[in-house]
Amino acid sequence: MATELLIWLIPLPPVLAFFLIVLFTNKNKALSHSVAISAAFLSWLGSMVVFVRALGVEHLGEHPFESAINWLPTGDTWLKVGVLIDPLSAAVLFFVAWTVLMIFIYSVGYHNYGQPAGDHDHAGLPPHGATVHGHAVPSVEPMYSRFFAFIGLFAFGMYTLVVSDNLLTLFVGWEIMGLCSYLLIGFWFGKPSARNAAVKAFMTTRIGDVFMLLGISFLYYATGTLSYREIFNEETLHVLATVPSGVFGLSAAGLIAILLFIGTIGKSAQFPLHVWLPDAMEGPTPVSAMIHAATMVSAGVYAVIRMFPLLSAGYEGHGLTAAMSVVAFIGAFTAIFAATIAVAQNDIKRVLAYSTISQLGFMIAALGIGAYVAAVFHLITHAFFKALLFLGSGSVIHGMEHGVLHTGNHSVDPQDMFNMGGLRKKMPITFWTFLIGGFALSGFPLVTAGFWSKDEILADAWGHGHMAVFITLAVAAFLTAFYTMRQITLTFLGEARTKEAEHAHETPFTMTVPLMILSVFAIGYGWVGIPEHFPLLGGLVPNWFHEFVGGTLAEHPEAVEFSIIPLATSLFVALGGLFFGWLAYRNVKSVAQDKLQIPLLKNKYYFDEAYDYLFIKPAIWFSEVFVSKWMDKGFIDGILHIFGPATGGLGTFIRDKFDVPVVNRFFGDGSADATYWIGKNLRPIQTGRIQQYLILSLIILVVIGGLLFALLVRSA
Amino acid sequence: MDFLNTHLLSLILFVPTIAALVMLFLPSGETKLLRWFAFSASLIPFVLTLILWRNFDPDVTGFQFQEIYPWYEALNSSLHLGVDGISISMVLLTTLLTPLAILASFSVTDRVKPYMMLFLFLETGMLGVFMSLDLLIFFVFWEIGLVPMYFLINQWGSANRDYASLKFMIYTMGGSLGLLLAVQMLGVLFGTYDLVALYERWNSLSADSMLLGMSVHTVKTIAFWAFAVAFAVKVPLWPFHTWLPDAHTEAPTAGSMILAGVLLKLGAYGFLRLVLPFYPLEAKIFAGALAFLAVAAIVFGAFAAYGQTDFKRLVAYSSVNHMGFVVLGIAAAGLAAGTTDAHIAMDGAVLQMFNHGLSAAGMFFLVGVIYERTHTRNLEEFGGLFPLVPVYGGILIFMSMASLGLPGLNGFVSEFMVVRGAYPVLTVYTAISMLGLLFTGAYILKGIMKVLHGPVNEHWAHGDHKLTEINTREIFVVVPLMALILVIGLWPAWILEVINKAVVALF
Repeated sequence: MATELLIWLIPLPPVLAFFLIVLFTNKNKALSHSVAISAAFLSWLGSMVVFVRALGVEHLGEHPFESAINWLPTGDTWLKVGVLIDPLSAAVLFFVAWTVLMIFIYSVGYHNYGQPAGDHDHAGLPPHGATVHGHAVPSVEPMYSRFFAFIGLFAFGMYTLVVSDNLLTLFVGWEIMGLCSYLLIGFWFGKPSARNAAVKAFMTTRIGDVFMLLGISFLYYATGTLSYREIFNEETLHVLATVPSGVFGLSAAGLIAILLFIGTIGKSAQFPLHVWLPDAMEGPTPVSAMIHAATMVSAGVYAVIRMFPLLSAGYEGHGLTAAMSVVAFIGAFTAIFAATIAVAQNDIKRVLAYSTISQLGFMIAALGIGAYVAAVFHLITHAFFKALLFLGSGSVIHGMEHGVLHTGNHSVDPQDMFNMGGLRKKMPITFWTFLIGGFALSGFPLVTAGFWSKDEILADAWGHGHMAVFITLAVAAFLTAFYTMRQITLTFLGEARTKEAEHAHETPFTMTVPLMILSVFAIGYGWVGIPEHFPLLGGLVPNWFHEFVGGTLAEHPEAVEFSIIPLATSLFVALGGLFFGWLAYRNVKSVAQDKLQIPLLKNKYYFDEAYDYLFIKPAIWFSEVFVSKWMDKGFIDGILHIFGPATGGLGTFIRDKFDVPVVNRFFGDGSADATYWIGKNLRPIQTGRIQQYLILSLIILVVIGGLLFALLVRSA
Repeated sequence: MDFLNTHLLSLILFVPTIAALVMLFLPSGETKLLRWFAFSASLIPFVLTLILWRNFDPDVTGFQFQEIYPWYEALNSSLHLGVDGISISMVLLTTLLTPLAILASFSVTDRVKPYMMLFLFLETGMLGVFMSLDLLIFFVFWEIGLVPMYFLINQWGSANRDYASLKFMIYTMGGSLGLLLAVQMLGVLFGTYDLVALYERWNSLSADSMLLGMSVHTVKTIAFWAFAVAFAVKVPLWPFHTWLPDAHTEAPTAGSMILAGVLLKLGAYGFLRLVLPFYPLEAKIFAGALAFLAVAAIVFGAFAAYGQTDFKRLVAYSSVNHMGFVVLGIAAAGLAAGTTDAHIAMDGAVLQMFNHGLSAAGMFFLVGVIYERTHTRNLEEFGGLFPLVPVYGGILIFMSMASLGLPGLNGFVSEFMVVRGAYPVLTVYTAISMLGLLFTGAYILKGIMKVLHGPVNEHWAHGDHKLTEINTREIFVVVPLMALILVIGLWPAWILEVINKAVVALF
């Protein structure tokens, strides 16, 4: 099959699965998940074929696979949309395909396929368990089929976004994922917390989206196209970089880049729009992995990577452009800001959520300082190990839920790390894979993928002299290692702190196999990007990643020169953070002993509260009181309601003052009265006597005759 | 066949009226017969419109399928019909929505005969506006459409129907007064009401000639606003919009479908068929003012929708919000006339009219479905209905997303085009309108959250109150809308090409 056609087909199976499940197979659980997983498999297969073929093309950056069709008639021309596989999208397609497939398989076990229906379960709430022969056992998710339909649509959105050759279909995929994340976060819509989290996620990301829409409109207007390859030529970029936009002294390119970047701030949960992501943990765990690692949040970073030529238009290796400075600042600040919150969270998934925000900040910061390849590299390694960690945490929660069902004490929160402990013995596969993921996140030297990608970002920051970014990210990396080890220690090491943890259980193979496969990537993916001049290891394996992905840009980015200082720093922060994390938490028995339960951190710097007071409450007041009550019902309708009485009043006035006295009384009644009066007064002469009539006639005849005579004769 | 081809427009226009007159002679008690008769009769114009669409040649400039019959010879006014790429899409929308609205009305049991007859009369009224190429005839149809709608609201509406129907009638008629005067003035000045002739003569007046003792510019400015106010009331633009939530909310379900689906488009259609071609210069001068009102409608409409506790009022206000984009596109097109920006903005505006017709009709229908079962529209009394009516819930979410402008569905395409077209010429207004777009999300999600989500609603789950799932007939009403929404979202070119060619030729 022609590669271009294949690329067109990649996103389709999951969306077909969505329609099939919704319309036909939703009553049958086995059929539904088979349809969904087969679809994910087909897309995976297509992606792998495309990836392999892409590897075989020399200078793929200059000669990508592409194909486009006319989509929208606009005046005399057409807006074209199409697909494109260049090195960047090939690399992204690879990790998306793998993580999506793993998550699909994992979901089967996570939603308790094969278990009986729950005793009191119903749609909209998590399953509560069933009783079989007097034993409490997990029960299957009541909306099992629906879940697979939703993640199918989600996968469609992500694949669409990746294979797009233009911003418009990227935005389509972007928003479809937004919808799915809304549906999936609110999957257990019966819980008010989930319902609210869903709305919050959608609205917060929508703030970014409307700015992005403006950016797309501006770009489309300025260039007449939305296809990457038509925009990213030297001439167009040069024009965009030199034309002023009229806003804050930015160039057109700068303003467009910032508008588009605000979309990413929303989607990738960067400060100040980060608030939705931790709440999004209300969704089922595979969703968290899907949203936070594999797809949606990565999509935000991917968009900035895509727009990098625009972002860096006018940048000549020194002196960041205004747009780049903004991006670097937001990224670095988010990286450290979220890391400080993560150290004080007790919910196993929330730690990972803040960790995700922080790691995305690393990537954004890397893009801001021009470290293009490092950002892509970290995006991909992070996708693998963070998906692994989220799925691992889901496995832990699943194991803990088993314990909760066993003891029957439902007041124990199966997600609170202080209720865990010692799980390494109960759940060995989960433990080892989680450890791999955690170490990759911390940047454990040499072995893990996270080390290589994070090190490259630090090296780039150092190499280009962005000291503020370097120091910020180094501190954030230290905190990362620290909270990761805190999490591992509290969850898996030591002894069980509750009865529920004692009765936790390893999860079924559908869940553990994806964990094992992802672990392979969490380690191995780092080796494709080892810098050439790295001591000992450098040069043993070619730095394929840099060569390949760097080829996406028109100007191949140079690898930064090796320096010992960033390397030493990353070794120190990773190992130091891990060590201190272990040291501080190895003997903690209860939450009271945790010294980091600082209210300011636990409450996430009170951002939710502040936004509530600053934006949400005023908006509700503005809608319900100002616009609806005062403006529409009060003012506008008030004026309209004057017309009724005013017209009525005018009518009454006219009737009372003119119609009744003048028309009715004077003319109407008056003329009748006058006629009557005249008639009455003339009656006496109507005597009926012929003599009188004759005399009267004679008199009149004489008078008229006299008049005529006088007039005619005198005048003649 | 030849007769069909030469009389296609008048057939589409008058078949509903003829059918309504035939209904007079059907027995009043046979509700089933009356319903099916009305439904089948309304399918005829639809099928004819499909033939019209197939035979229509988008590449031909000007009006096609023209028919002229003498009407009022003393005034030199004739029944002149014709369609171009813009009006044909509106005709399609009307003939599609009417059968669906009639099908949606099968649950009406009170005085079925007059009800169905009014709907058929209404269809003729609306189609007449879209087809007329004669100013006087345009005005006649414009006003005729009010009458059946007035009675539908007044006789079959809910509690506050007297107030709502009166407000609707008086407001629209009041707005049309200036239009009537301006139409008369044109007739007096040029001795004809024929649109095609007027386009030419009106715009070939030299700027320094005097009309009625005033300069051409003054006359045109006055006439521009006379037209604009009439259409602004109908669209409706802020601040002329307050009749809409009342009328939409009190009207019977199918009435709201048609009100939101077609009647509002008459106003927007007036802008692009009459205002822009007659007053290109004034449209440029006053584009800022129009854009201001449009953006006010977008933003305040969204906020007002968010502030409602009545489900139907929420949906009603969403129309104010969405129609604002139509006018924003028209204002931009007026300002940038002749450029690609104007074409894109205008394409977007016309497509947005079509799209809003689909999604608003769908939303009102879905509100009606649940209102019929629960007899309440209060959002506070709903919540947690999703487990009880999963199919309905799924459809509601789909329709809501179409209304929200989710990419992949129709609303996005048109809103994107309007924003793209307006951005270069009305940058600040476009940027402010994004606030409205943001709050579109807020009120849509509020609707879904308050109706479907939350703990299972015990009140509607059992016994007499038990909420029943959407039935087959109702699904048949909504499926064509959903299909079109999806098709336009994925492949808008089939309709946009027709619109675009007309727009390029006209503006």
